[in-house]
Amino acid sequence: MREGNFITTTIESLIGWARKYSIFQYPFVTACCGMEYMAAAASRFDIDRFGAGLTRFTPRQADVLFVVGTISHKLAPVLKKVYDQMTEPKWVVAFGTCTISGGLYDNYAAVQGIDAIIPVDVYIPGCPPRPETVLDGLMKLQEKIQKEKQKWSLKK
Amino acid sequence: METMLLNIGPSHPAMHGTIQIKVELDGERVIKADVEIGYLHRGFEKTAENRSYMQVLPYTDRLNYVSPLLNNLAYAMAVEKLLGIDVPPRAKWLRMIFGEISRITDHLTCIAPIGMELGAFTVFLYMIKAREFLWDVLDATTGARLTTSYIRIGGVKADVPDNFEELLKKALVEVRKAVKDVHGLLSKNPIFLKRTRDIAVVTQAEALSYGFTGPVLRSTGYYYDVRKAFPYLYYNEVDFEVPLGERGDNYDRFMVRMQEIEQSVRIIEQAFKKIEKGPVKSEDEVVEAYEAIKASHRGKYLDKKLELNPNLEGMEKEIYDQIMAKVPQYIFPPKEDLYRTIEGMIRHFKLIMSGHGLRPPEGEVYVPVEGGNGELGFYIVSDGSDRPYRLHLRAPVFSIMSALGKMIEGHYVADVIPTFASINMIGGELDR
Amino acid sequence: MVIEKIAEKYSLNKINTSDEIPSFYCERGKFISLFNELKDEFEILLDITAVDFLGRRNERFDLVYLLLSLKNKTRLRIKVKIKEGEKLPSLSKLWKNANWLEREVYDMFGIEFEGHPDLRRILLYPEFEGHPLRKDYPLKKSHPRLPLLRPERE
Repeated sequence: MREGNFITTTIESLIGWARKYSIFQYPFVTACCGMEYMAAAASRFDIDRFGAGLTRFTPRQADVLFVVGTISHKLAPVLKKVYDQMTEPKWVVAFGTCTISGGLYDNYAAVQGIDAIIPVDVYIPGCPPRPETVLDGLMKLQEKIQKEKQKWSLKK
Repeated sequence: METMLLNIGPSHPAMHGTIQIKVELDGERVIKADVEIGYLHRGFEKTAENRSYMQVLPYTDRLNYVSPLLNNLAYAMAVEKLLGIDVPPRAKWLRMIFGEISRITDHLTCIAPIGMELGAFTVFLYMIKAREFLWDVLDATTGARLTTSYIRIGGVKADVPDNFEELLKKALVEVRKAVKDVHGLLSKNPIFLKRTRDIAVVTQAEALSYGFTGPVLRSTGYYYDVRKAFPYLYYNEVDFEVPLGERGDNYDRFMVRMQEIEQSVRIIEQAFKKIEKGPVKSEDEVVEAYEAIKASHRGKYLDKKLELNPNLEGMEKEIYDQIMAKVPQYIFPPKEDLYRTIEGMIRHFKLIMSGHGLRPPEGEVYVPVEGGNGELGFYIVSDGSDRPYRLHLRAPVFSIMSALGKMIEGHYVADVIPTFASINMIGGELDR
Repeated sequence: MVIEKIAEKYSLNKINTSDEIPSFYCERGKFISLFNELKDEFEILLDITAVDFLGRRNERFDLVYLLLSLKNKTRLRIKVKIKEGEKLPSLSKLWKNANWLEREVYDMFGIEFEGHPDLRRILLYPEFEGHPLRKDYPLKKSHPRLPLLRPERE
């Protein structure tokens, strides 16, 4: 099967459609952004209508890792371990400015951005971000999932 | 007898914060527990030594992030005591209203996970819905939902908007409805009673020895509330009760918080009557700001009203004296003066310039307020410069958490999570 | 007044502060007998903390103890001056939350307490070197526990 022909692109878009509407998330919640995450998951700003409502609190069953809140140096090995335990395909969302660049806390204790530890797909800025911003970030993640290409060759 | 070591790790399904509990189990019973904290240590106290007094204010919002206005209040009161300034009466009533709104959101956010972790997911949705209405009130007045920085040194940021009364009344109606629904769902529910009655009982003597304060101490039957014992603002002029528990178990901690929500709603209604007739804003014609600033060189339009940015609504010059103290060397001038007169600009510039800002006299101070979890206070040591020499927060949750290891001994593993939820641990305050 | 009698008995020096809490300096030798007597009157130990006066005076640290009495409706602040390397007796037998409060002072300042059952770091991790709240520790010096994928601050 050669990449780029009609059958493979249709199957890719079908797989992308199925994956983007059934996101199983792992919320790694630490700090104040957790309050806005709870507000986005509750009944007013629903993320269940995007198919992302089920939280699986174990990395083996989750697709998307939401890192919510400041990560300190004491917690960094735990984050890396949780990320390593997730199975492919997996995506990471950095929620809040403390995870993007350390935020207000430019000192000895906070990691200045989690992309120093794990690779990140979508960044949601704000301190804390309004739930409308969270939904916008989730929709951008869904676009990214839709466009992902699969490997079709039989060689390993 | 062989025991098993189980790690309830830093990343766990309970909604309260990152903490690690290492329990030693015999079958399903806990024999020994070791609690490890510090996973959210963000270096607040060291950072505060490198910022000026006004720049520390946004950091205090993020300490106890479910009741941010109470932390602002504790910090502002401590610095005002150090400076020796007094706040106008309308600002004090506004501080009381918003402080009690923060206390209600704290208790709502504590009760929602108690229900959810025992399997009652509807309780979570009802409480978060009531919280959204309160956050709408905060959004309309202060501009932000969670980290507001509304209570400032010398007063409050701005007066209430025009639609404040209808938003507040709607929010209080929704809060009362949510509390009534959750009472119907949980308070006499046999499953809930079986899981929370007589679990993790704390006696009065033990509670005092561990340094408990706040709703956790009141659930053992000991009467101590900072608002009644050492009154501040106008708490001795409003009428409210302090609910007490009997046995000090998980169920009593839950009921004390539910009843405190009702008492806070009573305080807000009484305080609202005092500020209903607000200061009257004049209906004169407004001049556009850019034109007026250019024309002020030639002395024109100096007595006309300026049209300010909508973000600055509530801070106009004619009502500025009612919300901020009138002490020129420590407090910013109103925006109209800043834009049009040279004295206003010099005053504003000197307050912001590094090394010249708000410089309190030498001394130390500790002012306690009743936070969502107990007695919250800032201990500030000043050496005469514009940065605090040492700033320390007396975190109520730190002393309560030191007892968690003892509280869960002898109970089942399934009781660890509801016990931990009823203490209302907030990571930002515990680890600073 | 109870506080005045105790202050007379142990000859404590009064300090002037900007709030209304009575504050006194105590010497190291009389420390443990003073607190044994205060335990009857003051039920709650609110806080233990320290202040670092590097270079400004001879004794480097100032330990601050804050107590609350509900019978007499008052608070009390006791301060002790110590030099670097000196130790104080622990209060963990009198008030149980002194255990964690003293661990925090050890973690942040490096002051040790004699007789403490379990003195180890509480807010930071064992690989951290130094004591952050001392005045000679720079603000931005961090000790990462993992190799980082990019330099920390560009």
